[in-house]
Amino acid sequence: MLVNEIINAKDLPVMEFDGIIVGGGGAGMRASLQLAESGLNTAVISKVFPTRSHTVSAQGGITCAIQSDDPDDDWRWHMFDTVKGSDYIGDQEAIEYMCSEGPKAVFELEHMGLPFSRTEEGRIYQRPFGGQSKDYGKGGQATRTCAAADRTGHSLLHTLYQANLKAGTNFLNEWFAVDLVLNADKAVVGVIAFKIETGEIYYIKSKATVLATGGAGRIYASTTNALINSGDGIGMALRAGMPVQDIEMWQFHPTGIHGAGTLVTEGCRGEGGYLLNKDGERFMERYAPNAKDLASRDVVARSMALEILEGRGCGPNADHIFLRLDHLGPDVVHKRLPGITELSKTFAGVDPAVQPIPVVPTCHYMMGGIPTNINGQVISVENGEDKIIDGLYAAGEVACVSVHGGNRLGGNSLLDLVVFGRAAGLYIEDAMKQGVQLKDASSDDIDKALERLNKLNASSEGEQVSVLKERMQQNMQNNFGVFRRGDLMEKGIDELSKTREEVESLYLKDKSATFNTARIEALEMQNLFEVAEATAITANERKESRGAHARDDYTERDDENWLKHSIYFAETKEVSKRDVNYRPKTVQAFQPMVRSY
Amino acid sequence: MSAAAIPVEQIKTITMSIYRYDPTVDKKPYMQDIVVEIPTDKDIMVLDALHLAKEQEPSLSYRRSCREGVCGSDGMNINGKNGLACVTPLSEVLKRGKITLRPMPGLPVIRDLIVDMKQFFDQLEKVKPYLITKSDSPEIERMQSPEDREDLDGLYECILCGCCSTSCPSFWWNPDKFLGPAALLQSWRFIADSRDEATEERLDDLEDAFSLYRCHGIMNCVSVCPKGLNPTEAISNIRNKLLTREKS
Repeated sequence: MLVNEIINAKDLPVMEFDGIIVGGGGAGMRASLQLAESGLNTAVISKVFPTRSHTVSAQGGITCAIQSDDPDDDWRWHMFDTVKGSDYIGDQEAIEYMCSEGPKAVFELEHMGLPFSRTEEGRIYQRPFGGQSKDYGKGGQATRTCAAADRTGHSLLHTLYQANLKAGTNFLNEWFAVDLVLNADKAVVGVIAFKIETGEIYYIKSKATVLATGGAGRIYASTTNALINSGDGIGMALRAGMPVQDIEMWQFHPTGIHGAGTLVTEGCRGEGGYLLNKDGERFMERYAPNAKDLASRDVVARSMALEILEGRGCGPNADHIFLRLDHLGPDVVHKRLPGITELSKTFAGVDPAVQPIPVVPTCHYMMGGIPTNINGQVISVENGEDKIIDGLYAAGEVACVSVHGGNRLGGNSLLDLVVFGRAAGLYIEDAMKQGVQLKDASSDDIDKALERLNKLNASSEGEQVSVLKERMQQNMQNNFGVFRRGDLMEKGIDELSKTREEVESLYLKDKSATFNTARIEALEMQNLFEVAEATAITANERKESRGAHARDDYTERDDENWLKHSIYFAETKEVSKRDVNYRPKTVQAFQPMVRSY
Repeated sequence: MSAAAIPVEQIKTITMSIYRYDPTVDKKPYMQDIVVEIPTDKDIMVLDALHLAKEQEPSLSYRRSCREGVCGSDGMNINGKNGLACVTPLSEVLKRGKITLRPMPGLPVIRDLIVDMKQFFDQLEKVKPYLITKSDSPEIERMQSPEDREDLDGLYECILCGCCSTSCPSFWWNPDKFLGPAALLQSWRFIADSRDEATEERLDDLEDAFSLYRCHGIMNCVSVCPKGLNPTEAISNIRNKLLTREKS
């Protein structure tokens, strides 16, 4: 059965595994490793060869209180920083779990072979990152981010791939998952997926399906994200009737290379670099007198955007900021930051050991996602109550557990994905031992998951993907960026709703089966669009400024009405609120305070 | 970036001569010239130009992901030399307004610029590309001195793009028996790691006429590596280790 035919459930071949993981990045491969090592028949379905996943681009490190730089460091301080960084809508039980389990997860990575940089004592090297403090914000800057030079994501991803090879994980590399299959009880019992190389299509049946599909930064015109970051898991979940949480919260990284969008790590500022406006002023001293350039990312990104808006940007068009590193000397730059040296030379034509790097705030990370509990189980909301979706799990950027709330701290994404990839794996391992009973999907159930693909294959006219994508990306960039305003957002939402029909019935001209990237891009476009529309509608609904969501028309944080998660369903396009978890198990909850750096 | 977004006065045209082959349609491969409009006010990468070509010819297929030279997806043969399209500026490879793109040589072509990398990854797996330890793991991390860690620089950065192995005549000749520069670089990455405890077994596995010794020091691997790594040196390090080890 090939992907370019009109496909019926009755003719569709079936493959079966104990557990499947959609996505071969850090979260997916940490989950699959857990399952494979426990002897379960596990498959990773990845649309790219796993080491091509976007985790590879993470640079600066993985934040964790391993007490290498500071023997007195405490995971509770890390928890405090993360709660504050989230602007108080991160779930404290989840943050507690991540920060306290973190050291175990990081040491495991080292045992697998991750080539961390080292201190003179032979321990893992740690560097300062934004938003880090000692003693609950009272003890000054902490040094908590574990690093492998500035290639931590690359090292982590390759190490996890290596460990999975050793553990005997099945890899379905260059397979594309189209949609979730739900049974009569609305439990998830697998996915429809096809092998990109040949076009052979299957129903891949499983008692546990883990979505680990990463982010969706490509909804914006300018992003640090890989071209493959198309929110496939979000699209699948929304189409299957599940919600997304806090999807309006998008992180703009302060230092994307101007023009190219490629990332240069916060570790540059951690190692002592700083930002300058056109007057050569270290302007962060004005906005964040204590933390300065190492304030939280949302704070730094907004400060930079204001400098540019007020005419103090650098360059002939006054449209960027300079990141200065040359004072650190070539030794530090080349030894600690070799990767960004390479990127700066390639994409900005500057050697950072000599000249400043031109940077602008650039879309970087999706704090929101599919709501889960700390076991990775996907949660839906029915009549205001949480309801666990049987058979479905999510981990990493696609999930919203929620440890990042309104703003993620640098170095917390790698920690999130290993801790919760591992947690999902541990939970599934346990559940399988106890026995999982799920009803088989009927032919009708499977046909439902094939609808999107069949419609694309039947298309004979309509708009091209590239046209629709550019329209959406410009819209998101202009109306849902660093600063947001009700009237502009409404205009943006209007434009999106006019585009929806075209996206659902877009035209796939090339219908061939063999490694047809046009088909992949069409399916990805539909996923991106789901994320964009969810973002737009939810952003307009949250009538306050919190974390990365900064509104010109509602400039203050509104704890009375919005100390809440947003919940969005695509079917109704309605936004509701969900309580934030203030119930950590071993410490007192951190109550909301004025957030200053 | 799309062609429509560029003002007319800042456009020039280039010809991209691209290897095309779809096994379900084409009896044999052919070269297609695609004329693309590119901006004159800034340099773009070969990958950006390919995106513009794909807007005209949506059936054109190539792999890409990070677009910044760290994921290793878009290795291809650019004007006769392997490299990554995303970090190769067009200005460096454009000759009289023309550029020629072919798939990486030596591996079966699946479609257009996409090769079947199975053989490449099979060879990689043969070197057991993962840390092997026999002693128990400590409660915290294993200790490693900065000097020992430095031995991994120039090795751990490999992105598995395949540019090196597919430019190696020894690999073209014996892709099933000679492991190729990428796999051997990985082999040395683990032998060189002070934490690894399987050096003898790793060396034993390489001691045949083909796996390692088919390297004739041609050094194409070094000249094409987009990350500036040196597989030839890694191979000679393994040779020295084999020559000097005491046979037990």
